Amino acid sequence: MRARIASGVVPFLGLVLLWMLLWGSFSWLNLATGVVLALLVSIAFYLPAVALSGRLNILYALAFLVRLLADIVRASLQIAWTAVSPRYRPSNAIFAVSLRTRSDLVMTFTAEAVSLVPGSIVLDVDRENSTLYLHALNVRSADDVPALKRSVLATERRLILAAGSAADLARLREEDPR
Amino acid sequence: MTGPLDLGFDFDLRDIVTAVLVLLSALMCFAAGVGLIRFPDVLSRLHAATKPQILGIVAIVADVAVTNPSVGTITLAVAIVFFQSLTAPVSAHMAGRAAYRTGHFRADTLVVDEFTPPPPAARGGR
Repeated sequence: MRARIASGVVPFLGLVLLWMLLWGSFSWLNLATGVVLALLVSIAFYLPAVALSGRLNILYALAFLVRLLADIVRASLQIAWTAVSPRYRPSNAIFAVSLRTRSDLVMTFTAEAVSLVPGSIVLDVDRENSTLYLHALNVRSADDVPALKRSVLATERRLILAAGSAADLARLREEDPR
Repeated sequence: MTGPLDLGFDFDLRDIVTAVLVLLSALMCFAAGVGLIRFPDVLSRLHAATKPQILGIVAIVADVAVTNPSVGTITLAVAIVFFQSLTAPVSAHMAGRAAYRTGHFRADTLVVDEFTPPPPAARGGR
């Protein structure tokens, strides 16, 4: 029940916060217009509630963000170098990764994060089977694919540790006890 | 002796940070542009369109926040970076999905292809 209330309140607060961020200053008028607009937006553009897991580990979330930032810098430099490198030969791969989570939110964030980190963009998502199909740039041979898959699963693992549901955590612990 | 050509080392540290960030950002956007031209197909080009430019925009936004540090700028900077990194992968995904399904990619550059989209009728069930 707590998680269900949070699923409605958190996006609402997010909208209000976004409105205040855009104005760049706190005032009661901003807060009031933000609340009114957030209400209007959530009624006019109704979306199914996102199922939040109801748990958030701040330390793991910070670890995830720091790692994501480092990965973004690494990925950007790598792709930039690939683009200007005189000896560039196209060699790509499309591979499937079967995720362990059953939560839409964790799956979405994994897909988002994976698109920003080295090598991969999401081509398609199979929601029923929690499978991501990814396209990777600069894969020399099929032997490199297992390492790519492991890095995607590691991203998912960091996300589950940060904000996954108890069931996802249990599945994670069961499958790879580290 | 201070004239118009005096290049003394009295730079503000902030100027140096600004120069580095603007240069980094310009380099990243340049590389993204080169990638768009040099990469062979839509799927590869999407990598160029999402990744170097995200670092480019982080650098330029960080630069604005450094040269003009006020609460308003910093909150706006945070919002820009957050939504850019949230929306760029989504648009890349939509374009990539459409490109794969309509065959706008070069299969000869793939070393592995584990994806065959199921026919629409087979979707939905397990």
